[in-house]
Amino acid sequence: MTEARHYRKHILSILVENRQGVLAKIASMIAAKGYNIDSLSVAETLDPTVSRMTIGVHGDEWVIEQAVKQFHRLIDVIKVTDLTDEEHIGREMVFVRVNAEPANRAEILRINEIFRGRIVDVTPASYTLELTGEVKKIGAVLELLQPFGIQEIVRSGTLAIPRGSKSAAKAEGKVRSVAHKAAAGTD
Amino acid sequence: MRLTGSEIFLKCLQAEGVHTAFGHPGGVILHTYHLMLDYPLRHILCRHEQAAVHAVEGYYKASGQTGTAIVTSGPGATNTITGLTDALMDSMGIVVFTGQVPTAVMGCDAFQEADVVGTTRTCTKHNFLVDRTEELPRMVKEAYHIARTGRPGPVLVDLPKDIIMGRADFKGYPREVSIRGYNPSVNGHPGQIKKAAELIANAKRPVIYGGGGIVHADAAAELTQLVDLTQIPTTLTLMGLGSLDTSHPLWMGMLGMHGTYTANMAMAHADLMIAIGARFDDRVTGKLSEFAKNCRIVHIDIDPTSIRKNVHVDVPIVGDVKRVLTQLNAEVAKIERDWRADFEEWYGQIAEWQRTHPLRYDQSEDGKILPQYAIDQLYRITESARPFVATGVGQHQMWAAQYFKGRGEPRKWITSGGLGTMGFGLPAGMGAQAAFPGELVVVIDGDGSFLMNMQELVTCVQYQFPVKVFIMNNRYLGMVRQWQELFYGGKYSQVDLEVQPDFVRLAEACGATGLRAQRPSELRGVIEKAIATPGPVVVDVVTTREENVFPMIPAGGALREIIDVGDPVPEKLFQGWR
Repeated sequence: MTEARHYRKHILSILVENRQGVLAKIASMIAAKGYNIDSLSVAETLDPTVSRMTIGVHGDEWVIEQAVKQFHRLIDVIKVTDLTDEEHIGREMVFVRVNAEPANRAEILRINEIFRGRIVDVTPASYTLELTGEVKKIGAVLELLQPFGIQEIVRSGTLAIPRGSKSAAKAEGKVRSVAHKAAAGTD
Repeated sequence: MRLTGSEIFLKCLQAEGVHTAFGHPGGVILHTYHLMLDYPLRHILCRHEQAAVHAVEGYYKASGQTGTAIVTSGPGATNTITGLTDALMDSMGIVVFTGQVPTAVMGCDAFQEADVVGTTRTCTKHNFLVDRTEELPRMVKEAYHIARTGRPGPVLVDLPKDIIMGRADFKGYPREVSIRGYNPSVNGHPGQIKKAAELIANAKRPVIYGGGGIVHADAAAELTQLVDLTQIPTTLTLMGLGSLDTSHPLWMGMLGMHGTYTANMAMAHADLMIAIGARFDDRVTGKLSEFAKNCRIVHIDIDPTSIRKNVHVDVPIVGDVKRVLTQLNAEVAKIERDWRADFEEWYGQIAEWQRTHPLRYDQSEDGKILPQYAIDQLYRITESARPFVATGVGQHQMWAAQYFKGRGEPRKWITSGGLGTMGFGLPAGMGAQAAFPGELVVVIDGDGSFLMNMQELVTCVQYQFPVKVFIMNNRYLGMVRQWQELFYGGKYSQVDLEVQPDFVRLAEACGATGLRAQRPSELRGVIEKAIATPGPVVVDVVTTREENVFPMIPAGGALREIIDVGDPVPEKLFQGWR
């Protein structure tokens, strides 16, 4: 416990029962344990009885190990996968409404084009951009738009999916073994 | 056939094998209580829902059978929160059914409505809101399954009025239960068990540290076998007490904040801890940065979240304690080692600690009764009857644990550890008595604790539960007073119970027998009379006012900072420290 701690952001992909109250239960647990949640998104999967929660949480190895076990312990949680160290694709979506004075409009459009965003709303004094990309990319765009004056940002939180480079069976096995390892408390 | 929810509920309880429930009726659950009359369910009407839950805890701990409570909505349900939290902390397998207002008005601030599912989310292992009558059998089955399997815990089922009065086809109580998110591991990983055996084979100063998990797994025999195989000195937590016969030569006494000097020193100097069904609670570890330095740890527990929560673990083994110990004992039996010869030096050190710092008190013949003496005597006199012992919380509880005598029947020791709920003793004892009507049930209580749920004395009289309550009456909130004396400059704040009822007359007013002992010489006679008197008995044991529980490891202190009787309290501990 006295070793140097390495804080990292982890992405947990959690399959849960799609029932009323489950989100509240998970939120309660997170609040009770005091985990640092950066983002949380949830929606149905192919199976309408199962929802997927994608949670961005940061902490050191001890905290993350405990968090994974705590999620597992909840009856409504079916499977927990820590995607952080696996090959995965992570994306976030953001709406940005930025001041767009006549003098700046061209520059904003250029930034939008470079980052492959879309203009979804226009007023004489503002543009609303829709952008999707890795979290770092989103951060970069927001930094570039900052000088113009950002009126509002709506972020979705991180979504992630493991790469399909491994076979489905292997991925299943890996997920199961992550769950088993977490349960067995072995490393 | 189409039945009402209440009928389905009662049939499910029957199919589940529930023959006793503790509870209290109310408006929204009237329908169920009406139909209950036609079922063989023995319902014990408690006088407070909190006590009903504590009674169910006592019932579960004593018998190993999942306990059942039934209460109404609103205040009935919210009154169970303390009991639920207590059960969660001490891993008690119980199911609490709460009535609820009709689904149509839920969330509309209806009369006696409370968001019970919301409020109890973090104080139950799991909870259910039955939203369709058809779902009732599955949810009841799952509730009992979740309560009793894995790490046991409290489950709450909220029953809206329209659900229990509505009708549905009852296809029978489900035979199987399958919850995809819940599959506790019971078998230990064989590789891990071998690793553990290896560590045991090479340890020079090992300690076995056992907890409540041993009791929940009914693994006292397997623990004893491990101790006998390895000849390793053993300590147990407050919740694990009794798992090893207290007269066993390798028993070191309870460990922890008020554990014995010997047990705590052994833990502080060990090179291997074998933790079994225990969770390295802060009362046991003291200051974490000083805990188990240069010590390897084997940790056997059914709950993965308990492992590596606050201490490093070298060999974690997730599984049911009984199964894992059986596997471990088989491995350990293969080890060729002259255990006793190898540990001779370790034994010598432990014996020295025991010699220089035994548990002790000095009872004068003509002074006032010392609570330690009263409790010690109580144990000696009742030992042959092998009673159930339930306690309240406070100094009396710690002395009851220190002087506890048990014969490897840990279910006979019933106390509130994790939450430390005052008022636990009497109702929990009552629950144990309901499970074992013919056995002796003794409640060791404090005058503060007793008053918190004393209304259950009436319940005991009504159902003729012959619990024998011994109140260690020092007219103080003793434990708080002790802390104020030792760490807050002796300034007492709100601990003087200067006005208290005459417990003898209080007992008689409830229809029970009241007795009093004021002198050490009276004690034996009063205890024997209490045991021999039929029906519930309250004994007012008038004790000295200001006794302190020693040894004591101050909160946040390291194990080696243990303070024994007569030791000076370190200066840094004054002035409201921690």
